[in-house]
Amino acid sequence: MSVHHGRRKFLWEAAALAGVVLAPGITLYDLAQGRAPEAAAPGTVRWGLLVDMNRCATGCDACVTACDKENGLSGGKAVTDAQWIRKIDRRDARGLVRSLPMMCQHCAEPPCVDVCPTGASFKRADGIVLVDKHTCIGCRYCVMACPYGARSFVHEPVTNQKPDVPRGKGCVESCTLCVHRIDRDRIPACVEACATEGHNALLFGDLNDPRSEISQRIAAVTATQVRADLNLDTAVRYQGL
Amino acid sequence: MTDGSRDRCLRQIALFAIALFVAAATLAAPEAARAPTRVPLPAIEAATGERCVEDTAFMRRNHMELLLHQRDRTVHEGIRTIRHSLANCVTCHAGKKTGRVTGDGGFCASCHSYAGVALDCFECHADKPGAAVAEAKR
Repeated sequence: MSVHHGRRKFLWEAAALAGVVLAPGITLYDLAQGRAPEAAAPGTVRWGLLVDMNRCATGCDACVTACDKENGLSGGKAVTDAQWIRKIDRRDARGLVRSLPMMCQHCAEPPCVDVCPTGASFKRADGIVLVDKHTCIGCRYCVMACPYGARSFVHEPVTNQKPDVPRGKGCVESCTLCVHRIDRDRIPACVEACATEGHNALLFGDLNDPRSEISQRIAAVTATQVRADLNLDTAVRYQGL
Repeated sequence: MTDGSRDRCLRQIALFAIALFVAAATLAAPEAARAPTRVPLPAIEAATGERCVEDTAFMRRNHMELLLHQRDRTVHEGIRTIRHSLANCVTCHAGKKTGRVTGDGGFCASCHSYAGVALDCFECHADKPGAAVAEAKR
């Protein structure tokens, strides 16, 4: 009896550790969600974005301003200003103009990581491509290597940084998918702002989880990667491109 | 003068010299400690909060090691524990008047300028407390 009790207790503890398994493949809550502060970003997750261009409004830049505010960017559009998201108008062969946000595509095979001479450019276990600014020497190889023009170099001294988003002169930076928010179980600022505007053109989620909303939408609709020919396996997908 | 009286006299002079030296040393010692140095001593303002995350003596020697390890864990692995984070230091040690750890009399800046050690953290990091640590502690 006591042996059985001990085994049952062990099984329950194991289940609690594994995220309360109800049946194989069904969990009460995802391990990726509700991650403890002392737990590392899990390699089982791959964070991604789906941009629905049918919903993305021309002239709306709520995602851009939300990004600037969240990360303490100046919001300037000069060539020397850091821009983590840009709104772009794309004209197709028939002359139809569509608007889309363009930012770091968080590639599975990131060229910026390949060319970085110091290892400052890196991909986190959960697929987010980041710059370790402690190691960045500002050589800007990654700026050249990125096919999406997603990286910015900080040319001027920065003051009044956000405590969660350290930024400084001489480093390269780009969209972090709001990594400081993801680590606290919040969605990126651009996604939140798009929903607040009522457009809901941005969907954030785990590409590795077949039950996540983003995976199910990508399975159901034609979700395209920009420059899919480069085989970079981007985490930002576009619907209606 | 006899040999005996000369000896006594010498002994008295020697004793007087020793007494004078000891007295001078005793008087001069506190003066030396209080003497103005070329570099003003760091003004360390008392921090808010009950106690530091580690012993004060340990922190004086090793705070940079803690910050170095924490920074790599946070940037590369996404581990955002607050105990040894720079944001946590800033939250308690920001000056009551200035609200910062840098600048004149700032907790970090005053000691680093006294020791002549470059303080690079705040080229990029915020030197004022943010909301995240306060929220996490709540």
